[in-house]
Amino acid sequence: MKLVLEPRAHTPAWLNISLPVLALLATLVLCSGLIIAAGAGVLPAYGALFKGAFGSKFNFVETLVKAAPLVFTGLAVAVAFRAKFWNIGAEGQLLAGAMAAAFIGAREALPVWSLVPLMIIAGFVAGGLWAALPAILKLRYRVDDVVATLMLNFVMFYLMLALIDGPWKDPLSGYPDSPDIRMDAEYPILLQPTRLHLGVLLAGVTAILVWLLMTRTTFGFAIRAVGENVRAAAHGGLPVKRVVFLTAVISGGLAGLAGVGEVAGLHFQVMASLSPGYGYTGIVIAMLARLNTLGVIPAAIFFAAIATGAETMSRTTGVPVFLADVIQGVSLICMLVALLFTTYRLRVRGSDTVNVSNVGS
Amino acid sequence: MIRIATPLLFATLGEMFSERAGILNLGIEGIMLLGAMTGFCAAYFSGNLWIGVAAAALTGITFGVLMGFLTVTLGLSQHVSGLSVTMVCSGLAFYGYRLVFGQPSQPPNVEAFEALSVPLLSDIPFFGPVLFDHLALVYIGFLLVPLAAFLLYRTPWGLSLRTVGENPHAAASAGVRVAWARYQALMISGALFGVGGVYFSVAQFNAFTFGVISGRGWVCIALVVLGRWDPWRCAVAALLFGAVDALQLRLQSGGVIDLPYPIFLMLPFVVTVAAMAVLARNARAPAALLIPYHKEER
Repeated sequence: MKLVLEPRAHTPAWLNISLPVLALLATLVLCSGLIIAAGAGVLPAYGALFKGAFGSKFNFVETLVKAAPLVFTGLAVAVAFRAKFWNIGAEGQLLAGAMAAAFIGAREALPVWSLVPLMIIAGFVAGGLWAALPAILKLRYRVDDVVATLMLNFVMFYLMLALIDGPWKDPLSGYPDSPDIRMDAEYPILLQPTRLHLGVLLAGVTAILVWLLMTRTTFGFAIRAVGENVRAAAHGGLPVKRVVFLTAVISGGLAGLAGVGEVAGLHFQVMASLSPGYGYTGIVIAMLARLNTLGVIPAAIFFAAIATGAETMSRTTGVPVFLADVIQGVSLICMLVALLFTTYRLRVRGSDTVNVSNVGS
Repeated sequence: MIRIATPLLFATLGEMFSERAGILNLGIEGIMLLGAMTGFCAAYFSGNLWIGVAAAALTGITFGVLMGFLTVTLGLSQHVSGLSVTMVCSGLAFYGYRLVFGQPSQPPNVEAFEALSVPLLSDIPFFGPVLFDHLALVYIGFLLVPLAAFLLYRTPWGLSLRTVGENPHAAASAGVRVAWARYQALMISGALFGVGGVYFSVAQFNAFTFGVISGRGWVCIALVVLGRWDPWRCAVAALLFGAVDALQLRLQSGGVIDLPYPIFLMLPFVVTVAAMAVLARNARAPAALLIPYHKEER
């Protein structure tokens, strides 16, 4: 008797829906051991987590506000991974976009009406440029994109620290942070008196736009073709390098928009704690969404809910807030394993006599 | 410089082993962090630093096995598997530390290792203190280099490991158990990551902080490329990196150049990317790196 994985001929529809749900349940079960280790009850802790994320209008808005940057970084990663450009650098690209937005937003010379659009454009361009660098390194110098994008995150982070603790430091502040952007540059609040800002809406709209780009345009087709089979794409006459480069720039730009939203909608300045790893969480979100750009939205809301809920849980039950980090990682692993079963099935095979006749039945 | 290079040497050699077997182990950053945490706790409560080192190595082996399950048994993407292992490990490290120590105003410390001077040799002027007046872990790290080279190039085990990384199908037809060889490589790499991590918390800083690794694991991935998957060259790469790091510390404290300190912290990462841009074109990675092996597909 032996357990083997066999490729599936086709994936039943119910599996596509139930497996992600199963993966999340498995995650919660696995992580309950940690809650017990912290001396708290599993159900009360998860209850507090849920309540903290969705329990009131205020909490729900907080979850949405936290989901906005995750939607952007998730989209950034999903687009890049589709073309097999392994962009682990959304974190650095986010910071680049945030800095560009904070710089534009503080310019007194600019007319009021141009501030928000210019911040968005500048953020997209800055993020895109910061992703163009590893793309060039990959395409021209054959530097591994995973390593290059990862390293550049640290370069951008320290560059930002150097600026906000040096020439760009707010003279009125005792902390290393940049000067505030102008009031007119702030994203309008959609729902007073909460923190629901324009950026949350923009995140949803962008997800739909990117979905249209990926599924309804020739360029989206080119991205997917390059990702699925580089050789076939090149043979079919696609300019593979140009497609990868443009994909990288778009990906970086999307990550940059995450930074714009954080500056224009939430913090109104750049400081060291601007991003608690949104760029890295974007990778998990893109994987959970199976690189589907619309799936990024529920995945981002799920992660944002865990992050906001964990704070309430920590306050009421004493379970360390870092449970959220563990849940993120474990859910990624469970999801990876679950996804395997959409393309493979587990079979019990009798000894070594191979039943070829059963394959594909 | 040697002191700074040692933990990187451990981790770089570990990464070299797993990549030689065809697995890019991106769990490195998280496993180092978790090793630093478990090792520190074990050392703190047992009062014995070596128990801390052993605990860190065991932690690393455990997560090496998890990495093996994901990438070898299930054949999942090595990039994503590695990152997920790093996420779980960093989460566990923070969670576990908070659980054990709460939020102390003063981070708990351990007694540091004492330097182990080699008699006579350490009395040689200049070279003596530079080379023969170090922590025991430093000597172990540098003795690992010839050991790794011997294992990799002079033993049947090393030959089969290299074949698995270059051409797993050929290895399988020669009777090598590919999956087992990859698991072994991942366990070795995990153990070395753990020891590299615990070096920071019990030998260098004598305390665990959340930023104890802060990207140094990722640097080791690049060091393996710079070291072209060879133990000796990897050691040179680690030493060079240690030199750059030591230089930035010296420049920073000496006030020779008046620049904000983050610029210095940035330097190692810039140098790494630049060095890779210059050298990666000629680098030849193990042929089967990143490619999962399935028995049925021939």
